[in-house]
Amino acid sequence: MYYYALKMLIGDRAKYIGIIIGLTFASLLITQQSAIFAGVMSRTFSFLTDVGLPDIWVVDPQVQYIDDIKPLQDTKVIRIRGVTGVAWAVPLYKGSLRARLDNGTFQTCITIGLDDETLIGGPPRMLSGQISDLRRNDGVIVDDVGAKGKLARQGPNGTRIPLKVGDTLELNDHRVFVVGICKITETFQANPVIYTTYSRATTFAPQERKLLSFVIAKATAGEDSEVVCQRIREATGLMAYTPAKFKELTFYYYLKYTGMPINFLTAVALGFIVGITISGQTFYNFTLDNLRYFGTLKAMGTTNSTLLKMILLQALIVGAIGYGLGVGLASAWGALLSGRTQIAFFLPWQLLLITAAAVMFICLSAAALSIRKVMKLEPAVVFRS
Amino acid sequence: MSAPISPPPNQKIAVRCQGVTKTFGTGAAAFQALRGVDLEVRTGELLMLVGPSGCGKTTLISVIAGVLRRDGGTCSVFDHDYQTMTEQETTRFRGEHIGFVFQAFNLIPTLTAAENVSTPLVIKGMNRKPAVVEAREMLRKVGFDQRMEESSPQDLSGGQQQRVAIARALVHQPDLIVCDEPTSALDSETGHKVMELMRGLALASNRALIVVTHDARIYQFADRIARMEDGRITGIEIPQKPAAADSENSTPLKS
Repeated sequence: MYYYALKMLIGDRAKYIGIIIGLTFASLLITQQSAIFAGVMSRTFSFLTDVGLPDIWVVDPQVQYIDDIKPLQDTKVIRIRGVTGVAWAVPLYKGSLRARLDNGTFQTCITIGLDDETLIGGPPRMLSGQISDLRRNDGVIVDDVGAKGKLARQGPNGTRIPLKVGDTLELNDHRVFVVGICKITETFQANPVIYTTYSRATTFAPQERKLLSFVIAKATAGEDSEVVCQRIREATGLMAYTPAKFKELTFYYYLKYTGMPINFLTAVALGFIVGITISGQTFYNFTLDNLRYFGTLKAMGTTNSTLLKMILLQALIVGAIGYGLGVGLASAWGALLSGRTQIAFFLPWQLLLITAAAVMFICLSAAALSIRKVMKLEPAVVFRS
Repeated sequence: MSAPISPPPNQKIAVRCQGVTKTFGTGAAAFQALRGVDLEVRTGELLMLVGPSGCGKTTLISVIAGVLRRDGGTCSVFDHDYQTMTEQETTRFRGEHIGFVFQAFNLIPTLTAAENVSTPLVIKGMNRKPAVVEAREMLRKVGFDQRMEESSPQDLSGGQQQRVAIARALVHQPDLIVCDEPTSALDSETGHKVMELMRGLALASNRALIVVTHDARIYQFADRIARMEDGRITGIEIPQKPAAADSENSTPLKS
């Protein structure tokens, strides 16, 4: 009977396509908005992702997320180096400095100052130049998105000429030389990122009593980094996090204190409502249209459990097709735009499962109404003309 | 064709109803559709139920076919009483023993003619492919054009659709076939052909047929005609055959 159930479903082309379109749209909207949300959220801790080497981040106890910079005294680095289980510890500067462009306008840049000796915390991938080139006088490395975009020079015909190695830049009234172009994970603020040495960055930065943003450290081999973090907390009174914990802290900060979740949830809810309304209503209408035939099958000896399975199968089939199309379109959209724009799109398998659950919920809700109608159907209806 | 004066005594009793009642609604809105119906139908017999609209014909065949529960009286079909059976047992009994022919044919529009005919076999548990093969055979028996077996019902004429419906009612070899106005949507000639087909196949298979109709042109195909009025059987007649084509030529048997 299940083959016939599918023929009944597919045979009614208009409704079949209507249900599929509704579910595809719902699946597309839910997947796309969730993936953008996940992408945006993953950018909030992109700096932590890029600085892969250290397994301990030490910050002021009041820091709530990665960009919440509360500077420390430089001497804290030495204190942390003295904690048992710390293999090495280096300073890291992170701050916003203004770059003056050719046309006289200013562009805020995220400036990262790396430990002068080790250059730990540098960009994950160099496109031109080397990280060690930062040792050259007034050398900086610029991220490629910034170099091509907000820091690009103005050409004669209004074209944008990307910043390249050898170009100069004015950073907070200091002339610097571009010694490399790097590739980094896109940032939440979407500002250009400039890498330089710690000593140079603190020279460029407006003068304050304390300028050390983070101390990044590594636990000695065989030491549990969580345990070392605890020791640092006890010994220095500072907060020490593993990268995973710091990402979590950042993620939940943005989740709790920004309007992002509610904005994205609204869009996801819209997709869900559209799915329920269009697909649910169309599926229910499809069942109503076929009520006479369900009644005929019932009169001819089809049990309620078989009819239930037939309707469930119809719902699951349209659900699977709508889900597949929606997720496929969302993925294609993400793949198409990710390489060309700065769109944040991150589609982990968990999101696919959540979308699948949402689409199945829509289908089963629609099916539940139809099933109720068919279960209550008196087979005697077949004799009414 | 010769008609027996009373239910053929040497044949098995297919349906026996005594004092069957059925009321729809409650209180002031209650409507008593059946007010104590007594009826007996034997195998090998084609009984027609006739009477004005609203007299209870359809309600009575619904009760006999097990698609509607009666309120009172007794009614057994091949010695099975639906009141003593569960809903599921009744459904299975219908699937095994009863064939249906409907006024509006009720063919599923998205299935082919052969697939429509195969549904009772699939409901009984047969695999689809052999069921469709048997369905094609049955379609040939009812004189259905072989080239049209894969056609959708909407591509068929009324007469062709009714042939498909008859094939569907017969394919699983039921013991009782109930027909609701099988010729009302057909022209006179097609109606006659359909009735000839039903009568031939029913008698050949030694099963009972109950036909609800308003169509006086087909009375001649009945063995007996039970006339209903206000929820009761008011008379049983045998039609004059073969020339008689209306109820005025029928002979009252009992009332």
